[in-house]
Amino acid sequence: MSGKTLNLTLSVWRQPGPDARGAFMTYPANGIPEDASFLEMLDIVNEGLIEDGELPIEFPHDCREGICGTCGVMINGRAHGQEKGTATCQLHMRKFADGDTIVIEPWRATAFPVVRDLVVDRSPLDKIIEAGGFISAPTGTAPDANETPIPKEVADSAMDAAACIGCGACVAACPNSAAQLFTSAKVWHLNSLPQGQSERYRRAQNMVETMEQFFGSCTNHGECTEACPKEIPQDFIAYLNRDYMKSLVANRKLAGQR
Amino acid sequence: MLPDSKIPDGPMADKWENHKFDIKLVNPANKRKFTILVVGSGLAGASAAATLGELGYNVEVFTFHDSPRRAHSIAAQGGINAAKNYRNDGDSIHRLFYDTVKGGDFRSREANVHRLAEVSVDIIDQMAAQGVPFAREYGGLLDNRSFGGAQVSRTFYARGQTGQQLLLGAYQQMMRQVNEGKVKLHTQMEMLELVLKANDDGVEEAKGIVCRNLTTGEVTSHAGHAVVLATGGYGNVYYLSTNAMACNVTAAWRAHRKGAYFANPCYTQIHPTCIPASDEFQSKLTLMSESLRNDGRIWVPRDPDEARRADQIPDADRYYYLEEKYPAFGNLVPRDVASRNAKTVVDQGLGVGPLKNGVYLDFAEAITRDGRDTIEEKYGNLFQMYERITGEDPYTVPMRIYPAIHYTMGGLWVDYNLMTTIPGCYATGEANFSDHGANRLGASALMQGLADGYFVLPYTIGDYLAPKLGEALLSTDDEAFIAAEAEVKGRTQRFLSIGGTRSPEYFHRELGKLVWEYIGMARDKNGLEKAITEIRALRDEFWADLRVLGDGDTLNSSLEKAGRVADFFELGELMARDALDREESCGGHFRVESQTPEGEAKRDDENFTNVSAWQWHDENTPPTKHVEQLTFDEVIPSQRSYK
Repeated sequence: MSGKTLNLTLSVWRQPGPDARGAFMTYPANGIPEDASFLEMLDIVNEGLIEDGELPIEFPHDCREGICGTCGVMINGRAHGQEKGTATCQLHMRKFADGDTIVIEPWRATAFPVVRDLVVDRSPLDKIIEAGGFISAPTGTAPDANETPIPKEVADSAMDAAACIGCGACVAACPNSAAQLFTSAKVWHLNSLPQGQSERYRRAQNMVETMEQFFGSCTNHGECTEACPKEIPQDFIAYLNRDYMKSLVANRKLAGQR
Repeated sequence: MLPDSKIPDGPMADKWENHKFDIKLVNPANKRKFTILVVGSGLAGASAAATLGELGYNVEVFTFHDSPRRAHSIAAQGGINAAKNYRNDGDSIHRLFYDTVKGGDFRSREANVHRLAEVSVDIIDQMAAQGVPFAREYGGLLDNRSFGGAQVSRTFYARGQTGQQLLLGAYQQMMRQVNEGKVKLHTQMEMLELVLKANDDGVEEAKGIVCRNLTTGEVTSHAGHAVVLATGGYGNVYYLSTNAMACNVTAAWRAHRKGAYFANPCYTQIHPTCIPASDEFQSKLTLMSESLRNDGRIWVPRDPDEARRADQIPDADRYYYLEEKYPAFGNLVPRDVASRNAKTVVDQGLGVGPLKNGVYLDFAEAITRDGRDTIEEKYGNLFQMYERITGEDPYTVPMRIYPAIHYTMGGLWVDYNLMTTIPGCYATGEANFSDHGANRLGASALMQGLADGYFVLPYTIGDYLAPKLGEALLSTDDEAFIAAEAEVKGRTQRFLSIGGTRSPEYFHRELGKLVWEYIGMARDKNGLEKAITEIRALRDEFWADLRVLGDGDTLNSSLEKAGRVADFFELGELMARDALDREESCGGHFRVESQTPEGEAKRDDENFTNVSAWQWHDENTPPTKHVEQLTFDEVIPSQRSYK
């Protein structure tokens, strides 16, 4: 808590709509309290723009606690900015210096077309979940929860994967715009649990094949884990690849038995 | 007149079972002939949509988010209660029921609460089967913690992200139905009108909704045989709250304006351990787990002009106000007591921090006593979060905390079937009023959202639909839809054409200050009357001086915000009226005029053992109050004491 303020220059990507041409625009951001969050800095700039009769910058945000996954912009070329394990909303201005120029862009990926300014459409991520990111357990059919013990280590590892907030930073940071980290997190979460075994290979195949309709291929750069606000480890991708490879055999065998 | 609350007869423990047998059913083959619209994709909405889809209904889900997984249920940290008694510590359905009724300060419906406690056990089974990674013990069985002053350990959790994991579970179950074609998903769609049409008996029923697509501005009509509002709470009327930025009352308020009564709007819950605002531009407050009060000591300097650093102020000059006033409970007094006392000392000018708007929560003694490692193990992630936000290290400098709004117990009035006063319009989760009374217990919000969506609504909605078999959906060309669309478009145009000087954000912030000042932690007659006048004056200014730039056919977040703020103005006024009318203190509602000599909340059971359900007329006519009497057959009302 310092009470100090910063004077900054913003270079922001403005694009009126999905089909319109965009451009970088420069805005001064003066008198920004160091204790403000990055998004509050944008709030302040927007209030000023509205006062001057200019359209405010549209940016994605909601919970501002780093859990909903709505926010996310490229800050000086890095998804969610330079702080490790931090979503854009949890980044605070004290991490910047007076006089800095900050370049702000939307997520960069063909699969995430720009809606307006810094807001992109991430619906392909939902398509991947829809393809198999669930365990089929209709309401009312469940046995007592303690009838299926799960070793603590297994539950903890599933939780490490399940911590993904679906923000899409992994895709934005990847030179190939691949969504392997996102997909592998969900596949590992469900495929590692006893409840997830019945659909294990069907899940792996369906999710990977849906992913490939939208996203690029993974070449193990590791930029995804580096950018991930939840620091989802890259080795989940290896598990995904293993289950996908096995699924091609397993699903074929299953098809033969039908 | 309020409709019948439809509470079933019979002994408390049998009511729900009997009711399930007594209500009408829709034959499995006929369910596909019905379309149900679900607004909201949080715990209550996603779980309802998934279950209704599994049952065979056609479901359409509407969310204003870009993905249903963003709903604010995701932010809940602590856990979910269930009467599993896995700890063998004496828990039971009856005890959870008892704790919830008592915690609600005897202002909830006993039958609803009992049902909630009954289905709580099924929720855990259901979520575990879906793969929610609940915390486990080394033996592989589920772990529990105790929470919110309960005397048993009944809270299930997934690290500090229980809400996230439960929401993702419900979302995934819903996406499975999307995949199967039973649920149709509409993202970026904000419901802006509820559409009614009179049936053959002249009774107006919910027939659909009108939405605005937030990215294209397109206004569209959607018809259903029933509408479910799972649209969350209204805490953002305070501007600063722990709610997400987009949380709003609009869907519920549109229904209220069309005839759904709004119950107990003055019941709001304040969480004592949030990080205080650092400047005028702060957009939201962050909650930190209440468990911090187990080891932290709360104090302020005795001298309002104290200039020394916290660690240099000797004990004699520190005012440990909770420990002094409540020797038995000390720093662990309930949420509302801790919150009110913090406000009292800050109002006396004893607050700490640059804006003098917080109190210290000091771990120095605990660190000396237990060692830094122990404290780090217990609270490491919270300390880290605090440091990230404030830039201060709580291991060396005491934390600063202040109360903030984080849950609203009031909401749309519903009967035992969760139907509002509009036939065919249901409200579930935080959007309804029924289960938490005047105060919600910790770890009960997730429980209620999932109970409504998984285990209550899917049964009770059949009772309304069964007699409607064969009834066609109302055509979206019907005059009722056309009129509602015109209303939505007209409203959008109105916001864009005012051409004033102030942003929606400005008005929201100013409204929030009024609501917090007069309808916050302590309310009195004078203040509440002032609130009504001042909110109305600010509302007039809003409609005269609002500036919304841009247009209505692209993504325009100022325009979205303007609509939500407009509804918050009307809600804020209703909250003041309700708080003024309820001349007693109960749960989260503290009327200064109604307190014990020790300053504790004092209920007036003789006059206020009831629900206030308000009926809307128009902007300039005060609402009409309808009263539902509450009876307590199982849990005898008693006064709380924490001395």
